[in-house]
Amino acid sequence: MKAKVIITPKAEVLDPQGKTVQTALEQMGCTGVSDVRVGKYIEIEMDGDHDEVKAKLSEYADKFLANPNIEDYRLKLED
Amino acid sequence: MNFAVLQFPGSNCDQDCAHVLRNVMGYPTRLLWHKENNVGDADAVVVPGGFSYGDYLRTGSIARFSPVMGAVKEFADNGGFVLGICNGFQILCEAGLLPGALIRNRSLQFRCEHVYLKVATYDSPFTSQIPEGKLMRIPIAHGEGNYFCDANTLDEIEANDRILFQYADREGDITDHANPNGSLKNIAGICNAERNVAGMMPHPERAAESALNEKDGRLVFESLIQSLNPASTTA
Repeated sequence: MKAKVIITPKAEVLDPQGKTVQTALEQMGCTGVSDVRVGKYIEIEMDGDHDEVKAKLSEYADKFLANPNIEDYRLKLED
Repeated sequence: MNFAVLQFPGSNCDQDCAHVLRNVMGYPTRLLWHKENNVGDADAVVVPGGFSYGDYLRTGSIARFSPVMGAVKEFADNGGFVLGICNGFQILCEAGLLPGALIRNRSLQFRCEHVYLKVATYDSPFTSQIPEGKLMRIPIAHGEGNYFCDANTLDEIEANDRILFQYADREGDITDHANPNGSLKNIAGICNAERNVAGMMPHPERAAESALNEKDGRLVFESLIQSLNPASTTA
């Protein structure tokens, strides 16, 4: 099974990369951009059924893949 | 009195720290490879700067799971003194030995320069020997030194006098302009609630000997030595 982990900076954390990308978009003439957040995307191939993989990856995302002080994450599983 | 300096793949300030502790301060110092699972007879552990594990995923995030960090956590839980410098600070935050996290500098620049530090408390094993009112001039070299924690944690750190150093201008004023990375409250170093674990982004080991005409960093090591052995004379 392929799992996707999408990690983004928490709303209250300053994201200088996001701000810089937003400024660049505006300078290139891309209008209407109200916010940009730059995060990370991880693909993991893993054995197990949906619930097992979800439980296991939630555990490891909490303690390793994302830092709960500064980041949120979402898991997406492809059956 | 013995020191241990950790070595991870990608550490690059380990030899500088060992040089200062051995040759400048004059104490036996062992380099401790990341695969070791105890700190031996060390009285204090230094987690040095660098780019452990290539800074992959997040700075310090992989180093914290190395065997030696389990031993450092046990050592710290038993009251042992641990000082994390730069990447060492990032590792200690990831390991949960210090609160918060070090995120990307707000300028997105890697900042490599001298800064002035105001000593926010002398009540710690890492700052006790710094003369009152002294402004420390010490170099920084980091891309991720922007200290962040949630509001409750910050209140707790401030209320318990746990900020050790703050970035200041040459007059000693804590201003936004003097903040090289965007850290909350200009924080350059903090300690844990028990005051035996500290982290700081500036590099005291790079400013610790007269040959370099830079001695302010030595005061951090003198404080540590004095705290370990109040009878020692390090002046």
